[in-house]
Amino acid sequence: MTSVALEVRSVVKTYQSGAGTVNAVDDVSFELHQGEFIALVGPSGSGKTTMLAMLAALLQPTAGSIAIDGQELGAMNQRQRSRFRRRKIGFTFQDNNLVSYLTALENVELMLRLNGEFDAENRKRAKELLMILGLEERLNVLPRQLSGGQQQRVAIARSLINQPALVLADEPTASLDSERAFQVVETLAALVHEQNRAGIMVTHDLRMVRYADRIIQMLDGHVERVVSPEDDLACLADPDACRLIPMDVLGVEPVA
Amino acid sequence: MMSIAIHLTLREMWRNRGRFLLFSLVVAMITLLVLFIAALGEGLGSGNREYLQKLNADLLVYQDTAQLNIGASRLERSLLRTIASAEGVQDVGPIGFSSASIMLPDDEQYDISLIGVEPGKPGEPSVEAGEGLGRRSDQDVIIDRTVALVTGLQVNDQFTVRTTVGSEEEFYTLTVGGITDSRKYGLRGSVFVAYLKWDQVMPRAMVVTDEGELACNIVAVRLADPAQIETVRQALYERVTRIDAVDRQTAYENTPGYQEQQSTLMTQNGFALVIGALVIGGFFQIQTLQKVPQIGMLKAIGTPNGIVAMAAMIQIVLTTVVGIGIGGLITFGVASVFPPGIPIVFELRSGAMAAISLLLMGPIGGLVSIRYSLRVEPLTALGLNA
Repeated sequence: MTSVALEVRSVVKTYQSGAGTVNAVDDVSFELHQGEFIALVGPSGSGKTTMLAMLAALLQPTAGSIAIDGQELGAMNQRQRSRFRRRKIGFTFQDNNLVSYLTALENVELMLRLNGEFDAENRKRAKELLMILGLEERLNVLPRQLSGGQQQRVAIARSLINQPALVLADEPTASLDSERAFQVVETLAALVHEQNRAGIMVTHDLRMVRYADRIIQMLDGHVERVVSPEDDLACLADPDACRLIPMDVLGVEPVA
Repeated sequence: MMSIAIHLTLREMWRNRGRFLLFSLVVAMITLLVLFIAALGEGLGSGNREYLQKLNADLLVYQDTAQLNIGASRLERSLLRTIASAEGVQDVGPIGFSSASIMLPDDEQYDISLIGVEPGKPGEPSVEAGEGLGRRSDQDVIIDRTVALVTGLQVNDQFTVRTTVGSEEEFYTLTVGGITDSRKYGLRGSVFVAYLKWDQVMPRAMVVTDEGELACNIVAVRLADPAQIETVRQALYERVTRIDAVDRQTAYENTPGYQEQQSTLMTQNGFALVIGALVIGGFFQIQTLQKVPQIGMLKAIGTPNGIVAMAAMIQIVLTTVVGIGIGGLITFGVASVFPPGIPIVFELRSGAMAAISLLLMGPIGGLVSIRYSLRVEPLTALGLNA
């Protein structure tokens, strides 16, 4: 059994709104191991992005605890959380992923600079990572000259260059066409597995869950269902053969 | 941290150089305006005060009812002896001020301040070329550098001065005996003549048949010990009635219109600086608003607030410095083609003060955008609000 990279224990996040208190995340618990890549799915408002924000140390849970690589996020102040993010967490966002005035290589190297690890050896690693992602011809190109898929691949390289404990991807395929979307998620999942990281991808696109080892479906702030490799993953590889699962995951027709 | 901020700043400025250069040109135009107003202030100020400021005297004595208005002050020549006999007074000299015109070729005229001074006494300026008054003939005069530049007159050249007596024009031929540095008074170049000659040449409202006692406007007093200015002034007040005695600075600050002129120009300069701060602040605020998602993303990946703030500050300072540099060069270029006689003086001190003020106002204007960027939440990277 690989070691636990992420532990989420009874996490609750509540907001005050005009109508009263809203439980955006309600008593969520799960674990994630090194080398595991999971998909967090659910309809809009199900709490998955709020959950991701808490995992990223951007939001504090109202109750419960989150530990990444054995370190409790709740015990950290803002400065420590910022430091923790750049050292232990890799990010891929839906859009605005890259610094517009830095080239692809410079965007990846930025993480090295932020962590004080900008040396010849690590720069070589950054180049190699981009080459693995098929961007060897685009190293010195600005983001606006890259396609959406290429930008996401640069973001993936940036999220992995610091060898983080946890890689988070927020709707990484939202602005991509189908072909590029599959390529990006396949690459992300493959690198998480190869480099023995732990990865979580939030997505609306159920076609992408085929690359996940587990799928956590959220609904109204709580975990509605966890699809494990042992039961339904084989079925998920062929969406035509198991229509019920995508429907279930969408929350349109929950399976009892 | 600083090196990352510099790295980010330089990359952003270089890869958006068109935008930043354009904005630097806006700062350059503001710099041009600020420097020109400062130069105009200096030019008008020195045009009014230059002679009095450079005067080789420590105290200036006025008729008390004139309220430090030179034109309204009239002191009898006999008073000179009384003032000179006061303890602590080294030397005294009468000074008379009037206006006249130098006749130029093609019926052109150049208006001057015609200043009567006693040769060798306080009031007579030192010369850069030629000789002082009264060395050769009573026709000899000293012209200041402004007059020399505008008219082209040189030592030993003769020229004609036009004055009026009553409604009649009178013309006098004078010779340039010496040239002094710039000594403008009343925004005009100055011509210094021996006091007796001045009394003869100066314009009058009517023909005077009974000359009476010679009079001057003010008396310049040189002290044996300039540090004793207050003691000597009190001694003068005890010895001579109905006078005012002031130092040079008080004298030129009380020149009619001087304070109003300077405060108007200072206000204009203040407004130009405020406008500069607002323009710089506005530009960077708009830029920050456009960059909110990117700033959020940078913070989400762990970029400290210090780097974000430092990068913004370096960018503001660099843009302002480049703008001021370009503006300074443009100002220098424009100033070099300005004809002499125009009251615009680019003095290093006032120019540097204006540039430093702008350099300070730029970052002050940009503080709002820095504060704004510091408050951008990393959650915006995920499309969430705090």
